[in-house]
Amino acid sequence: MVYSKRSDGRKFDELREMEAKVGVIKSADGSAMFRMGKTIAIAAVRGPRNLHPRFMQNPEKGILRCNYDLMSFSVTERKRPGPSRRSQEVSLVTEKALLPALNLDEFPNAVVDVFIQITQADAGTRCAGINAASLALADAGIIMSDLVCAVALGILHGDKVIVDINKEEEDYKDGIADTPIAIMPHSGKITLLQMDGEASKEEIKQALEKAKETCKKIRDVQVKALKEKYGGMKNEV
Amino acid sequence: MGELKVKDKEIVVPGELLADGMDYLPSTGTYRDENSILSFQVGLINIDGRVIKVIPLTGKYNPKRNDTIIGEVVNITMNGWIVDIGGPYSAMLTLKDASSSFIERGADLSQFYDYGDIIASQIVNVTKTKLIDLSMRGPGLNKLKGGRIIDVTSSKVPRIIGRQGSMIHMIKDSAKCRVIVGQNGKVWISGDNMQDENKAAEAIMMIENEPQAEGLTEKVKNFLESK
Repeated sequence: MVYSKRSDGRKFDELREMEAKVGVIKSADGSAMFRMGKTIAIAAVRGPRNLHPRFMQNPEKGILRCNYDLMSFSVTERKRPGPSRRSQEVSLVTEKALLPALNLDEFPNAVVDVFIQITQADAGTRCAGINAASLALADAGIIMSDLVCAVALGILHGDKVIVDINKEEEDYKDGIADTPIAIMPHSGKITLLQMDGEASKEEIKQALEKAKETCKKIRDVQVKALKEKYGGMKNEV
Repeated sequence: MGELKVKDKEIVVPGELLADGMDYLPSTGTYRDENSILSFQVGLINIDGRVIKVIPLTGKYNPKRNDTIIGEVVNITMNGWIVDIGGPYSAMLTLKDASSSFIERGADLSQFYDYGDIIASQIVNVTKTKLIDLSMRGPGLNKLKGGRIIDVTSSKVPRIIGRQGSMIHMIKDSAKCRVIVGQNGKVWISGDNMQDENKAAEAIMMIENEPQAEGLTEKVKNFLESK
């Protein structure tokens, strides 16, 4: 079967409808919501704050701790609450995707905690999580050299790359390589690159090019959300 | 030839391009990446000649030497007090700097400052690992009794104080309150009655919510007069 049309009628390089909102959690130091189609991620940042346990403290610079989880109602089959093998892995790769953008030299012995909750999952949750977390970190006033943008690509055999796959496409029966990529758009540095599936070298190269273009579109959405919050202050009387 | 990409007082986000070329100089809140200057934080652009600066709009207090701050005593140790000054680090007030009078060895330290006491204090030293020393020696540095504390973003404190204290003097006079603004974004307000305190608090929150507004002083003035 030839994959010539996407199930939801999108073009191959078309993202799902995106929405971003900054400052959704009042009690956090920074927070944001990021929606990609039906996938919704909420991120809260607390800190920089005092770090316990103390053996984790680094007197040279602050550390980043990420905590990613799916809410139990976010998936079709109820997810048992609490950390799992999968959520620990995603927390770790999220942390490593965000850290290159941050500068925590000013906060020795302290920690910046990032909590990411997925309230609705339709593939690409770690990418939505990274997008939301990067907004939340900016909202918390953490020094960062760039926002981090992430997108999940699908690599089909026969030189086809589709952007921002949804659950239906992820489960495509003839096989699709699910490739989440996070990029710092200004420098073009890749901070996250995973792949679940099979793809040739050329296909991956093509995917990386596509990801760079796509992340610029995601960044526009993020920038708009941040400016809406901080620029909006001026108009509120 | 260098080219400026943003206007003065514009809001920028991390990674946003501020200027191209070597003609401009990056100051706080910005960094240089090869030929361009980019922003480090969410903030307001401030262009002073060739120097580009980003004034942050959010973020925790970063302690600096000689800042007057308002803190809460959270612990008493053998040789001083531990003070919460907001932000990730607590500060130390030692016996030596705690009072202009002599404190005898073995004295009951809670007689001077007890748990939960609010003090106006000055930072005398900050080390690289963020150990902070406070001092109570100096004019206006003492325990604050009564009143209330409101929290603002520490980077907006200069706006609350205004040029040569113009803004804060106006609020004090108009609301008939005593107001002390700590550099750490804690503002202490004490008045004869609740209405006065509310008035001062609302005026300060107005500055907190729209620090970049044009003619802010006028706005606050109109607000204070209308109450």
